[in-house]
Amino acid sequence: MKIRGDVDMSTSPDVRGKIAEAFRQIDAGSKAVLIDLSQVRYMDSSGIATLVEAMQNCMKRSLRLRLVDLSPPVRDIFELARLSSVFEIYASLAEAEAGL
Amino acid sequence: MTATAAVTLTVPSHPKYLYVIRSALYPLVIDAGFSKKEAGKIILAVDEACSNVIKYAYEGDHSQIITLKATTEDGRCTIVIEDFGKQVDASRIAPRDLADVRPGGLGTHFMGTVFDRVEYDTSRERGTLLTLEKRKG
Repeated sequence: MKIRGDVDMSTSPDVRGKIAEAFRQIDAGSKAVLIDLSQVRYMDSSGIATLVEAMQNCMKRSLRLRLVDLSPPVRDIFELARLSSVFEIYASLAEAEAGL
Repeated sequence: MTATAAVTLTVPSHPKYLYVIRSALYPLVIDAGFSKKEAGKIILAVDEACSNVIKYAYEGDHSQIITLKATTEDGRCTIVIEDFGKQVDASRIAPRDLADVRPGGLGTHFMGTVFDRVEYDTSRERGTLLTLEKRKG
């Protein structure tokens, strides 16, 4: 799935809903959830909280959460929150899909 | 010496106005000589401060107001955020341990990391004045 635009306190509930919908549509046998963040123009801590919740949901279902192609604003907030080692981050979709 | 510039804004305490705050501050901070990366961090930390006002001072009440005064002078950016809600107990505000990965609680960490000065004034009967100050690196 792909997230676009600003992810802040105003829009993160919609993003959370979109991720929840993606979880509902996961096929049996899926091994990972991939989230493309290349088109995210802005992200605040509510966006980070949304991704942490997604990671926790994945762990409960024995799925991997892989974040793909972080835009510069997302990279900056990950750096500030020191989250780069917490999430599985990939430069491209092809790299994220490899080995699944 | 950089000329003095200022932006004063009063917005409703609704999350959809956070975008307005970010948009108004960005050119001011850039014009003051901060890099795009630094400006992004300053805007993020101000956004977090205003989100905290909505969540904690106004406890989700979107019918209140937030006033923000930003000035830049001599390589220094000062932002004063005023609310009229529940006062914070500044002595109990502390950034959480980042190793404890869980949703929420990062805003205070961002403010403390990005700004050189973070000061809460609760000397008035109601509300809080939060002063955030950043000097150009």
